[in-house]
Amino acid sequence: MNTLLVLPVIVPIGAAAFIWLFNSRPRIQHALVLLTVAATLAVACLILRQTAAGDVHSTQIGHWPAPYGITFIVDGFSTLMLLISTLIGGMAALFSIGDTADRRHAGYFPLFFILLGGVNGAFLTGDLFNLYVWFEVLLMASFVLMALGGQRTQIEGAVKYVMLNLAGSTLLLAGIGIIYGLTGTLNMADLAAKLAGVSNAGRVNAAAMLLLAAFCIKSAIFPFFFWLPASYHTPPPAVAALFAGLLTKVGIYALVRMFTLVFVADTAATFKLLRILAGLTMVSGVLGALIQKDMRRLFAFLIVSEIGFVLMGIGFRTERALTGTIFFLMHMAVVKSTLFLMTGVIEHWKGTVRLDRLGSLFEDHPAFGYLFLGPVFALAGLPPLSGFWGKYVLVQAGLIEKYYLLVGVALAVSLTTLWVVARIWMEAFWRPACAPKRRADAPLGLLRIGPIVVLAAVTFLLGLWAEPFHAQALQAAGQLLHPSAYMQAVLGGP
Amino acid sequence: MIFAGVILSGFFLAFLVAPLFKVLGKAAPWVISLFPFSQLLFFLMLWTNRPHATGELVACTQWVPGAGVDLCFLIDGLSMVFMVLISGIGGCVFLYSKDYLHDDPHLDRFYSYLLVFMSAMLGLVAADNVISLYVFWELTSISSFLLIGFHPDTPEARRAALQALLVTNLGGLAMLAGLVILAEAGDSYYFSELIQRGDVIRAHPHYSAALLLLLTGAFTKSAQMPFHMWLPNAMVAPTPVSAYLHSAAMVKGGIYLVARISPIFGGTALWFGALTIVGGITFVIAAVLGLAQRDVKRMLAYSTISVLGMLMAVLGIGNEKAVQGAMVYLFAHALYKSTLFMTGGAIDHAAGTRDLTRLGGLGRMLPLVAGAGILAAFSKSGVPPTVGLIGKELIYEAGLHAHSAQKVIVAGALFGNMFLAAVAWAAGIRPFVGRLQSPEAPHALKPMMWFAPLVLGVLGVALGWAPEIVEKTFLHAAANTVSGHPVPMDLALWHGFNTAVLLSILTLAGGGLLFWVRHRWRRFAEARPWVGPDILYDRLLSVLKGIARLSTRLLQSGYLRQYMILVWAVSAGMVSWMLFDAAPLSWPAFAPVLPHLHEWVIGSVMMAAAVFAIATTQRLVSILALGVIGFGVTLFFVLYSAPDLAITQFLVETFSVILFVLVLYRLPELKDRSPVATRVRDALVALAVGAVMTLLVLGSPSVQYYPKISEYFAQVAVSAAHGHNIVNVILVDFRVMDTLGEITVLAVAAIGVYSLWRREDA
Repeated sequence: MNTLLVLPVIVPIGAAAFIWLFNSRPRIQHALVLLTVAATLAVACLILRQTAAGDVHSTQIGHWPAPYGITFIVDGFSTLMLLISTLIGGMAALFSIGDTADRRHAGYFPLFFILLGGVNGAFLTGDLFNLYVWFEVLLMASFVLMALGGQRTQIEGAVKYVMLNLAGSTLLLAGIGIIYGLTGTLNMADLAAKLAGVSNAGRVNAAAMLLLAAFCIKSAIFPFFFWLPASYHTPPPAVAALFAGLLTKVGIYALVRMFTLVFVADTAATFKLLRILAGLTMVSGVLGALIQKDMRRLFAFLIVSEIGFVLMGIGFRTERALTGTIFFLMHMAVVKSTLFLMTGVIEHWKGTVRLDRLGSLFEDHPAFGYLFLGPVFALAGLPPLSGFWGKYVLVQAGLIEKYYLLVGVALAVSLTTLWVVARIWMEAFWRPACAPKRRADAPLGLLRIGPIVVLAAVTFLLGLWAEPFHAQALQAAGQLLHPSAYMQAVLGGP
Repeated sequence: MIFAGVILSGFFLAFLVAPLFKVLGKAAPWVISLFPFSQLLFFLMLWTNRPHATGELVACTQWVPGAGVDLCFLIDGLSMVFMVLISGIGGCVFLYSKDYLHDDPHLDRFYSYLLVFMSAMLGLVAADNVISLYVFWELTSISSFLLIGFHPDTPEARRAALQALLVTNLGGLAMLAGLVILAEAGDSYYFSELIQRGDVIRAHPHYSAALLLLLTGAFTKSAQMPFHMWLPNAMVAPTPVSAYLHSAAMVKGGIYLVARISPIFGGTALWFGALTIVGGITFVIAAVLGLAQRDVKRMLAYSTISVLGMLMAVLGIGNEKAVQGAMVYLFAHALYKSTLFMTGGAIDHAAGTRDLTRLGGLGRMLPLVAGAGILAAFSKSGVPPTVGLIGKELIYEAGLHAHSAQKVIVAGALFGNMFLAAVAWAAGIRPFVGRLQSPEAPHALKPMMWFAPLVLGVLGVALGWAPEIVEKTFLHAAANTVSGHPVPMDLALWHGFNTAVLLSILTLAGGGLLFWVRHRWRRFAEARPWVGPDILYDRLLSVLKGIARLSTRLLQSGYLRQYMILVWAVSAGMVSWMLFDAAPLSWPAFAPVLPHLHEWVIGSVMMAAAVFAIATTQRLVSILALGVIGFGVTLFFVLYSAPDLAITQFLVETFSVILFVLVLYRLPELKDRSPVATRVRDALVALAVGAVMTLLVLGSPSVQYYPKISEYFAQVAVSAAHGHNIVNVILVDFRVMDTLGEITVLAVAAIGVYSLWRREDA
């Protein structure tokens, strides 16, 4: 048994228990947080070392052979997601130590790491029902984190969030039940093997729609994204950054996994549906962002729009398109987390994140301004920033496959996004301040600046030194489209 | 590698500007200005020492090979012309900025932006890889955005910056699509290879699409109508930026692109039509509008648009003379336009206004600036002996050599050039001559403000005397590149008296006449504000915002109940699409097994309870009714011999009913305030979702394809897992990871309750 594969789940959840014990001893608690962050990052790097060359590793929990027990498995795609999630989780945790507002509540750090463990579990599991369980873990943890502040808006957002996501869980469970009824198995690789022999895929696809609807809710795809803009602006910045970086990605991850591994027969209709949803998602997201005044709400809508881009690549279903999708996922996770953390800093300085009340940030904090420029223009896919590579590869894949309409829509959305982000820059950074209202200038501290700088550096790196990331994404996309290594790692045999 | 280093080092230097200013203080601008001049020197040395007199050089550096993007640079005559202009004029602009912005606290920032801008421009014109061209293209957009909004305090400046960014990005994205289509059609992502495959591409079914997309990019960047509005507005930027933007950088990007793809796409009817029509219209209208301006920078901006239109049209004609004319005039324009902007800025600095109606006679105070302005105006209007004249005559000859009906171009060119000549004198000469007119007492200027324009102005005349210097070094090579084959070239001021000379004389005469009546034309135009693309741009943005508001209000209404309806309805819709439409099912003939009487009874009770749960207004009753449904399910589990599940379900139901009763007891009665229509809608959605789920479930167990894995559990539970209760073994052994997750969920719930409870206490 390859114990390493369960550590990304066990370490944060186990650590959460210890951290809970030291609720009244903040110093020890913070030391434990730092230790956990370092440990999870180290584990993720060790896993990368195993899979970077293109290997797929699996482990059967309790030595029960697949498909009877639960399989944990890493391939290129899950490794990349794991790396991104631990990086973002770690940086957000550090930021929370620096930001006193975030960690007032007793359960904050335990919940934080349980959420991270749940996310990692979803990336690692090779079992459909186990995936559902991790979804529940992260749903519950994120709900409580969101409601922890107890303010009216927070509770309101959290209620919408949890209700809609529970609807998603219901759909997911129903879908899993029906698929189990059809195939008698829950192991994804086994499902793939068994469904490959089924002639009438229509019924399977109908059941797959239940799963798709559930994943659409989790990843905020049109028309299921309501919960995201309703809730993301309410929690403290570190929590929002964690959500922005991780939650929707888990849904998309599951969607990619199921629709490249399992539901691959009779794909004409299902993938057409994915492309339609992709177009509508990116358009409705960017239109929503266009009229927002609250910077966090604006970024929340832009998450929706970017999810549309990711989904588009899945809908194209070629190696190149999936490469674009994976690269885009990495980009948007890091960039969005960076920006949500940055809104925390802006709020610290100016007491607000509303565009109509902000101003002269560039004059007051030029270095921060330059740091902000990178991620924010990366959102619009301007080269040579991180957003460009994903966008370019997706556009190229779409044009090669002759999906002209959708590519046209994507480019129009990209232009509108540029308008949105340029507006942020102009109103918050360039425009002279409307009212010189400034909070007492408490120093930010290394623990808040550090994570932002690290994440911003990663976004610059993704853009300027894209090759290694692109190569990993390409390899992962190849594994997704030709899952023989994956199947073999789970089921054995040739 | 070295070449890439020379081009890219500008980006790195941009980050070093601020430290340089800290260390060197006032000397920093001198040092930084050395950079473009040394680049110029490098390019010239590289070019003159090239191994093949006619061939091009390619220098490659890897970047993202996996995505097929690298930093390959193609150095041929065409890119040399542009690189020389960009670095040479860039150097002069750097020097000029030093004194123009001498008291600006953010001069270091200005130089950083300018360095990025210049380096991006250099990369653009040297890029061999089509995608790297796009990368540099957008880098010029970003840096020009920052430069135009360099003094962002006014709404106008911010608006102009945004407008430039959006308009050029619109074209940039179109161009990206066009480049990919071109590359896929020609099976190469390198211009150096695509140039060889013009025939294949011209015959390709995607030819028109690729060309039109690429031209959209070129037209937005080069401010062709109707995308031109961003350029006059961009003059809110500091004058050195305008001088650079209008002459060598940014707007010349579009011209470069058209020239670069000319051997690939040129020679077809679409090529000719698109370029001559758009370019020609832009040329004439912008020249006419230019003369109606009173702000010297605005006037020059329109004349830039006009000249760019002329260059586009000439490249569209594409014959030998046209290509030569385009290259020579491009060179001439860059020299005189940067000069005129610099003199305009000097006037603004010295006299405190750019309003041409309030300026005159400044030549006595600013003789050297006046000299530069007058020389540039000569070149612009085509007075001998300037390089502008040589270019203009070549362009006339290109029109005269065109096919019969296309000769109409000559008339258009003559008309437009008359206006341009009048503009040249109004902007470059009039402020310096005549009676002294100036709102502020003109003061002396710092040296670089006259030196930089004077160098460029003198060059424009000197090269008119001796055009062979630039012809031999790179203009001829450039014309060959654009034509796609070697063309003869012999530049000289005087080729004997011919039609072109006659046309030049006519141009000057007409220009003089227009100069005479220009104030009347200005007043006429000022009295008639017209709806131009600038206003349409604003309307388009506000329409888009309106749509955004509407769609967001519809989708993101804020009501949870509406979200829920959409979620369920769309999910059911997706399932039924696959069930009925997309993949028509052959329903398995499932023999309906009629339920027994007791099953009927339990089923009816459950259904009645469901209706009751909805209809009642008392929460408690509603919960109890739900409980009845739960117990009904439990009974079914018992009937179908799943006692373990039944026990679990029984416990859960009992527990949740008790819990609900405890919690809900204190809450007020439910009041259903929704109107009947809403309730009917909700009922319909609910029934539809139920029906779809029922269909799905009914079909599924009857087509079970494989035996269940649970049979394995039954086999090995005792032998391998040593447990007699299979459910227990599954929970704690076979699927222990699920249990870990579920325990965690419970822990999270407990933490949540505890934390919120503690909060209440505090």
